[in-house]
Amino acid sequence: MKLWEKYFTPASVDEATALLVQFAGGARIVAGGTDLLVEAKASEHEPFQALIDITRIPEMTSIRADDAYVYIGGGVTHTEIVKSPLVLAHAICLAESCGVIGGPQVRNVATLGGNVAHALPAGDGTTSLVALDAEAEVIFQGTRSWMPLAALFRGPGVSLLNPTRDLLIGFRFHKLGAGAGTAFERIMRPQGVALPVLSCAVWVSLDGAAFGEVRACIAPNGPVPTRLTPVEKLLAGQPVSEDVIASACALARETVTVRTSKYRATSEYRVEMADVLLRRTLHQACARAGLAVPA
Amino acid sequence: MTRLSLTINGKPVEFDADESRTLAHFLRYDLGLTGTKIGCEEAECGICTVLVDGTPVDSCVYPAFKAAGREITTIEGLANGHLHPLQAHFIKHGAVQCGFCTPGLIMTSCALLNENPAPTKDEIKHALKDTFCRCTGYSSVTNAIQSAAAEMRGDAPVPVNEPSVDEPMDVVSRSVEPQEVREKVTGAAKFTDDYVFDGMAFARTLRSPYPHAKILSIDTAKARAFPGVLSVMTHADVPGENLHGLVYRDWPVLCDTVVRYVGDAVAILAAETQEIADAALKLIEVRYEPLPVVADPKYAHSPDAPVLHPNHPTGNLLKHIKVRHGDIEAGFAEADVVVEHEYRTPTTEHAFLEPECAIGIPAGYQDYDKLTVFVGSQIPYQDRDQIAKAMNLGQEDVRVIGTLIGGGFGGKEDIAGQIHVAMLASALKRPVKMLYTRQESLIFHPKRHATIIRIKTGAKRDGRLTAIEAELYGDGGAYASLSDKVMTRATTHATGPYVVPNAKIDCYAMYTNNTPSGAFRGFGVTQSAFAVEQNMDMVAQALDMDPIELRRINAQRVGVTTATGQLLRESVGLLETIDDVQRDMRAHHADEGFKWGWTTGTKAYGWGLACAYKNTGLGGGAPDKSEAEVEAFEDGTFEVRTAAADMGQGIAHVVAQMAAEELHVPYERVKVLLCDTDLTPNGGPTTASRQTYVTGNAARLAAGALRQAMSQTAAEMVDHAPETVRYEEGLMRFDDVRLDYGSVAQWMKQHGVQPRAKYEYWAPKTAPLGTGGDMHVAFSYATQAALVEVDLETGEVHVLKVVSSTDIGRAINPLMLQGQIEGGIVMALGNCLTESFILEEGVPWSRFLGRYKMPSIKHAPEIISHLVEHRAADGPYGAKGVGEIPSINTTPAICNAITNATGVRIYAIPVDQDALLRAMKKGERAVTTAWHDVR
Ligand SMILES: Cc1cc2nc3c(=O)[nH]c(=O)nc-3n(C[C@H](O)[C@H](O)[C@H](O)COP(=O)(O)OP(=O)(O)OC[C@H]3O[C@@H](n4cnc5c(N)ncnc54)[C@H](O)[C@@H]3O)c2cc1C
Ligand code: FES
Ligand code: FES
Repeated sequence: MKLWEKYFTPASVDEATALLVQFAGGARIVAGGTDLLVEAKASEHEPFQALIDITRIPEMTSIRADDAYVYIGGGVTHTEIVKSPLVLAHAICLAESCGVIGGPQVRNVATLGGNVAHALPAGDGTTSLVALDAEAEVIFQGTRSWMPLAALFRGPGVSLLNPTRDLLIGFRFHKLGAGAGTAFERIMRPQGVALPVLSCAVWVSLDGAAFGEVRACIAPNGPVPTRLTPVEKLLAGQPVSEDVIASACALARETVTVRTSKYRATSEYRVEMADVLLRRTLHQACARAGLAVPA
Repeated sequence: MTRLSLTINGKPVEFDADESRTLAHFLRYDLGLTGTKIGCEEAECGICTVLVDGTPVDSCVYPAFKAAGREITTIEGLANGHLHPLQAHFIKHGAVQCGFCTPGLIMTSCALLNENPAPTKDEIKHALKDTFCRCTGYSSVTNAIQSAAAEMRGDAPVPVNEPSVDEPMDVVSRSVEPQEVREKVTGAAKFTDDYVFDGMAFARTLRSPYPHAKILSIDTAKARAFPGVLSVMTHADVPGENLHGLVYRDWPVLCDTVVRYVGDAVAILAAETQEIADAALKLIEVRYEPLPVVADPKYAHSPDAPVLHPNHPTGNLLKHIKVRHGDIEAGFAEADVVVEHEYRTPTTEHAFLEPECAIGIPAGYQDYDKLTVFVGSQIPYQDRDQIAKAMNLGQEDVRVIGTLIGGGFGGKEDIAGQIHVAMLASALKRPVKMLYTRQESLIFHPKRHATIIRIKTGAKRDGRLTAIEAELYGDGGAYASLSDKVMTRATTHATGPYVVPNAKIDCYAMYTNNTPSGAFRGFGVTQSAFAVEQNMDMVAQALDMDPIELRRINAQRVGVTTATGQLLRESVGLLETIDDVQRDMRAHHADEGFKWGWTTGTKAYGWGLACAYKNTGLGGGAPDKSEAEVEAFEDGTFEVRTAAADMGQGIAHVVAQMAAEELHVPYERVKVLLCDTDLTPNGGPTTASRQTYVTGNAARLAAGALRQAMSQTAAEMVDHAPETVRYEEGLMRFDDVRLDYGSVAQWMKQHGVQPRAKYEYWAPKTAPLGTGGDMHVAFSYATQAALVEVDLETGEVHVLKVVSSTDIGRAINPLMLQGQIEGGIVMALGNCLTESFILEEGVPWSRFLGRYKMPSIKHAPEIISHLVEHRAADGPYGAKGVGEIPSINTTPAICNAITNATGVRIYAIPVDQDALLRAMKKGERAVTTAWHDVR
């Protein structure tokens, strides 16, 4: 079954956008194709007039850092993220989340940009980017700008960006300061589709033996990826202890809006997993930040 | 067309290609590099893996033009002059069965070894996570990779994990190399889709989107008018009888008035290219009137259900199968404890990695003097018969040539595209290929029966079973396929491998509008064992008795009678298999003493044990015969010919070994030709674990007859008494005179005698169910124990270890036999933990491979397997069947282990970690729902 007609590999962002304009909605951005092509085949989509492959655009395929930020191009593959010393140093949660996507063959071509642009409520790379409070650089309706990651999500599978017209160029997030740590973990089931039953990413910055700022994302939790604001607030300023973590988990159980989804999980199970994952990731992040949670 | 420049296997390639090509299609269909296989085109199975600049990618979703300027390595590029160490060690460790996954596994491993010269088992699991093999169970694969890595580092290779056997002979009971294995590891082996014929057209099938509907009209005009379309055919174009079917002929070649399941074939077309065929298929207009759907076997049995096959005398009841033995009421009256429970098993899918493919060649094309069909089928002669009937031809006017088969497991017994390509090729006078997509394969072919099994077991205080009463419902789906036989096996094996003096078992095989059900490794016994073996553990618990002790007390042994009235005269190795497994379980706890279950931190652990038996051969009164022919050539080699299918299980090397043994020649001198209805005599269906026994005997006896004839001739040639012949080093010897077989063959030919012998072997007669005689020629026995880990916080279940012991009569090829056992165990682990083919009111939800998970290398447990060899007197060298037995008791062993770990019993599979966790949290003792019930 034919899925596309023409295939372009532009060498620059300008070239890519020019092609999008030229095809006026008939061309589609593709990166690894592991979502796009698999879904197009499953839905017996009419062939795209053209695919515009962004994985040969240097500024979209590099990982770099300046004094404040780590930058990851939208066309960087999960394998590159997992192996990147910069990511391992500043956002190990992201390496953990990208490292569980598919198998090596998928990770070798699939990109972080594709994961975010697909706008699933629980894309694994996305979950960690939310906890990292990342921003995205986009070309939206012809204008290039940075925006908060959250602004990209409009609903399950619905992105602000139109992949026949707009472009997700890359991401940035703050470097990890001293006394800070991150972690990601997810629960899968061995049956059915390769989407997490529930996943959780946290970013923790310690203030001595207490939680300073905390950011957490549990997904899927509602139609778009969101932060667990009440839990973050509860933790801030509290001593790092089993009791405090337990109360955070108890609050998470109450505040998550996890529903039963067919052949994935019951809401009851997901509530349990919200508790388990939040506890596990907080422990891990604190340990990475340099403080083992006292028993 | 656009110029594509890249490097393939070190050579620059410039090719004018279609920009819409995937890399897999470009390699296979444009460049003819067919070593790269396609299994799903969903980025799920990984068998299409090639290296791009050294990095493994799924070539099925990789656009060819994305590879522009890159360096591609395929399986064809690995061996340069000699085999790559991975290729050599895959052969050595028995990691190749059907071989369809092999190129993908080797390429993925190759990338791993380039990065990591000494991978651990966990690193191998990580790297191969999404590269699937349905045959081997992965242990041999892991060993092969570590062994190759060692050799590449200059270290000593990993020793081959070969099981020990009794009394190895010259060739039999030796781990010889399987036939065509070198072709399989180099990508040269040809499966059906790898054949190319001049002028070949490409076909597709239009399938019903409704589970049950009346066909109001079919309009093919638009499709016919589409440029490049060569022919569109419907039921009106079927030349002969518009029906096929292996037991009952109830399945339309192309539906005329009604469709009975999603996937029923309505029209076929052929076009100049695959892409045109794909596009034109959407232009065939069919108007349907949906009819009420029968989606459940119990509803099918109710008077309100619409009758799906009006001509079937018992309505939707395809067959009522009964076992009556002793006096059931007296049996339960005698019992001190009675345990009764209901169990559910889902529909499951074979997921052989090669989707179905058939190629039709018209009579008169090149040298083909008759209508010929190339197909990887388990039953070539029955294919021929069914094609002939539908084509209105005599059987002799049709030839079926069996190609290599990329896995079957029972799923390639029914007709797929064989008749359709015959019709199109005959009409077009051109070769026509019909390759199913994975998604089409999933909805089309018969599955494992979903069952509902209620079983009541009674026992005395001393442990002796007194009675078993059972009721089974089997969802046969839309057409009969092998339902009758499969559900009969589920019924007759519903006592388990035990002595049960009183039994009353009723099975209702029902027609529904679900995907048809048919043969699947384990053949119904997989389902009944799930129920029987858990009831056994509960009886033991009620008696406060060790579950192993209970099984020992009741185990079948020589001299007892089965519930179908068969006196077991020989070859019942069940007790020894129990001994083996118990010994290993104890050894695992050498330090602290054996225990069934324990908890450490947030993890619970448990052992579970289950026994099984499985008949060898068709049995039940069905005449079971096979023919084989052995020919000697002037160069001293031999050929064994028989139409028995090798789908990776290895009948090819089995018959070659037996022939070599009988002829007293080295194995390397015997080649095998399988499955050509013009050249090979009928080996019968490859089903019911029968080929080693039945076709093995035919080959053995044919080879024996040939040796006799040749010795006779040789004696004449040298003027010695024939009985003085001795066989030494592949030669015949009379005193000091030595003769090689080649010159004897030459002499025979010169004297007008063909140096060949054919043997028609009839298995001992069996008796139909209900007559009280011997239903089967032999049974294989097995015991398995599983060690599981359950995460008490998440409900996740991991099988850490499986210990197995199997009585197979004799191991003809110990290493490959072990591969059957390991593969069967992992397949059964999938049955327990991962697999369910979900239908919603008759509509398959599991219509993508991405929605049907089979076990990956990550799930593969450590497997320890022992062989018990209680010779079967009539089996060749004492062998009996092995194909199915390993995939029967793993599921109940795992479920018993989960109970021993957590206290929760599993009544429905696949095990739902969600329900298990909820049950544990609430202190409930039973899970009666499965994964597919999460809604
Ligand atoms: C076997 C398998 C397992 C998987 N497992 C997981 C998993 O565990 N977790 C998970 O989260 N996902 C999983 N996925 C989904 C998928 O691989 C990931 O979401 C991946 O990150 C998608 O990236 P891609 O580059 O392949 O995207 P593509 O398929 O190329 O693109 C996805 C979408 O984004 C658009 N797009 C891509 N790049 C850009 C861009 N730069 N700007 C604008 N639009 C863009 C495309 O047009 C398309 O709409 C799995 C997929 C497969 C096949
Ligand atoms: S992953 Fe490519 S064919 Fe299955
Ligand atoms: S040998 Fe791996 S799928 Fe058959």
